[in-house]
Parts: sequence; C-alpha cells; structure tokens
Amino acid sequence: MLTKRIIPCLDVKDGKTVKGVNFLNLRDAGDPVELGALYSQQGADELVFLDITATLEKRGTLVELVKRVAQHINIPFTIGGGIGSIEDVSACLNAGADKVSVNSSAIKNPALIDQLSKEFGNQCIVVAIDTRNVGGMNLVHSHGGTKPTDLDTIAWAKEMQERGAGELLLTSMDKDGTKAGFANELTAYISTHVSIPIIASGGAGTMEHFTDVFTLGKADAALAASIFHFKEIAIPELKSYLSGKGIHMRK
Amino acid sequence: MKLAIVKYNAGNIQSVIYALNRLGIEPVLTDDVDELRSADKVLFPGQGEASNAMNYLRSKGLDQVIKDLKQPVFGICIGQQLLCEHSEENNTDCLGIIPAKVKKFPPLDKVPQIGWNTVTELKSPLFKGIAEESYVYFVHSYYVESNAYQIATTNYILPYACALQKDNFYAVQFHPEKSSDVGEQILKNFIEL
Repeated sequence: MLTKRIIPCLDVKDGKTVKGVNFLNLRDAGDPVELGALYSQQGADELVFLDITATLEKRGTLVELVKRVAQHINIPFTIGGGIGSIEDVSACLNAGADKVSVNSSAIKNPALIDQLSKEFGNQCIVVAIDTRNVGGMNLVHSHGGTKPTDLDTIAWAKEMQERGAGELLLTSMDKDGTKAGFANELTAYISTHVSIPIIASGGAGTMEHFTDVFTLGKADAALAASIFHFKEIAIPELKSYLSGKGIHMRK
Repeated sequence: MKLAIVKYNAGNIQSVIYALNRLGIEPVLTDDVDELRSADKVLFPGQGEASNAMNYLRSKGLDQVIKDLKQPVFGICIGQQLLCEHSEENNTDCLGIIPAKVKKFPPLDKVPQIGWNTVTELKSPLFKGIAEESYVYFVHSYYVESNAYQIATTNYILPYACALQKDNFYAVQFHPEKSSDVGEQILKNFIEL
C-alpha cells in the first residue's frame, strides 16, 4: 500500500538553511545537506529544498546545491526557487534532482508547465501554489507569497494539473508560521478535485495536525520546516504516532 | 569490475551514478557499442517517455546492442518498461526482450503513483537480504502487467510486476538509487551477481 509522506522543507539562502515566520524574518538553521542527510536517516520520506537566494548567478547556486544533495542523500528530493525555463529544469535534473518545483514562473507563463511536462514527463514537475484568503476568496500569490494575483486557487490547481503538473505543493499563507494546523478544508477540496498527489504545507505545530491533514485534509504528503529544524517534533516519533492512528507510514 | 550505463535520451542518470559511487563503483556512461559489450555489468536506467526513448535507441542502433548483451543487465524505471514488448505510452513497440506488456494505470486513484510502496513475493538473487514488505520509492504512470517473468509484486490500484527477470536481464520499476538502505542493498546485489 502506498504510504503517506512526511517531507521536511529546507529553505536555503546563500547555501544555508533558513526558516521564516510568514515568509519574513529569516533565521539561520544550518547546513542544508547535513540537515537533509540527518532527516533522511531519521525516516523522512522525501526532502524539498527551496533556494531563496536572489542573485544573478542563481542557476549556478541551485545546481551546486542539487549536486551536493544528490551525492550524499539516497531519498528523493525536489528543488525549487526561481526555476523559470526548460534550461533551469534540465540543469537541475541532470545534476541529480528528482523533481523541480515551479511557482511564480508558472503564474507569469502557464504554458511553461505544458512545455516542461512534455519535455521531462509530468512525474518530475511539481507546481507550488501559495494561497491566501482575501475577502473570502482563496487567491494565488506569487513571489514567495508577497504578491497577490487574481487567480482563484482551486481553478488554478485544476489548470496546473491539466497543463501537466505531476504534483501540487499547496502552501496556505494564512496558516504558514502559525503552528495552528494545516488548511484542511481547502486541501481536501483540491485533493478530491484533482487526480494528482497533493503536498500540504503551512501550519504544522503538533503531531495531531499531521493526523488531521491526512484524514480531514486528504493530503498525500505533508511538508513542514521549523518544527523539524528546531526539534519541536522528531520524525521517528511523528511517524510512529501516525502509524498508531492508522495512517500508513513507511517504517 | 567495469559497469557501463547505457547513454540515451532518458533523464535522471546522475542519481544512479552517485548511488554507485557511494558503493565504490565508478560507472562509465556510454553509447559506444564496444564499451557496452565489454562491460561486466550494464545498467539501463532513466525517466522519460517511451516512444522518444525507443526512437532514440533505434536511431543509434542501441536497440540491437542491448538485445544481444550476455552479461547481467539491469533496467530501472523506464528501463524496465523498455525491456518489455509493448507500452501503451504513445503505443510504442519496445525492445521485446521480456514478453510482458506495459499499461497505463486506470484512473481509480491518483496517477502518477508517487511515493513509497511495498514489494512482496520476492523471487530473485536481486533481492538477497531484502525482507518481504520492504518499502521502495516509485514515480510512474505506467506499469508492467503481471507475467511469468515477475520476481516481485507491488499493489497500487491493482497488483502488478514491479520487478522482472529473464535470463541475464533484470529490471525494477522503482528507483533503487532513491530507496534508502533497501535500494542500496538491491544495487549491491546486482553488482555482486
């Protein structure tokens, strides 16, 4: 039976892991490759590395990070952060990434997802969606969640699947950094209205929140950052807790 | 030991190379006929689309070279599917080394299957030291139908052949290079065949 996945996310800036609260106030949390290897040993099912470095040599730093991760870690990982072209994706996949995550570039040019899935197969194309409730509407936000768009989150999720996304990484900006639980209602709605896996992100604070996102939220995978980085929840305990709740986990 | 990896237009070869490096092997990535023929072991990995991959292999004459190999050959992911007779992915005639058919998952659950699933009914030296119900990592939309050359089974939507063996040809649908310690052991088993 296919298991639900626990995915630590490592936000990387200038080669170091950072984690923001509501995407602001970055704090340093160590070397991404060392941290990734530690999570892998602890039973993480996958890793996500988001490079938030904003320099002209962007692709170079991305590819260097991918190489180091792929050399040292034997579980799958996704790389994201400023990926905007076939060339970027090709460079990351050739360096050893399993999947790439595309966000703002897909908003700017939705046809990019058609091109990428045709070129590389949909299994390696993750579309990241940052969503926030604005006046009762769930709207997609771009540029690390800072810029609102007029795209309805649910319609956008469906469009991204149709264009060839293999997986959706749904981050609730309303929940991110709050530790008050995932956006279960929205996650469940999207998960049951698309036919590709959903990674839920934003709001993890307790082990119970993970139970909720897999049951109420119908998520295929759950992503979290600071609760793992700052050792508030350990992955082995989390997975054994979830197994005890009847949620299928890799042992 | 000389291990050659078939160089063609399928992606994600670098992870396999790194996984072999971790086992102390420096593989040669090549489409050179003599190098492939003279290698002790041949790996045929990759991710990609079946018809593009087959067209490329035919255009380079690699289809015949692979069929004629006598040393242990290990197909991974699309490599497994290409060793079969036919794939529903763009109605593609494959290498036909293993008489089995590749089908698309019916839309009864999420497709692609992405994540960790168990392997059972393990039947080959490839799985020496691997426990039944071990977890390995899958990413795929097409699967190999159950058949006489099946050496392991996975269940997703339906039970299917997640590993095959016929003569010197071995193949798995999952990614041993991404399957943590279990995958590492399977790669080691292939190297030690």
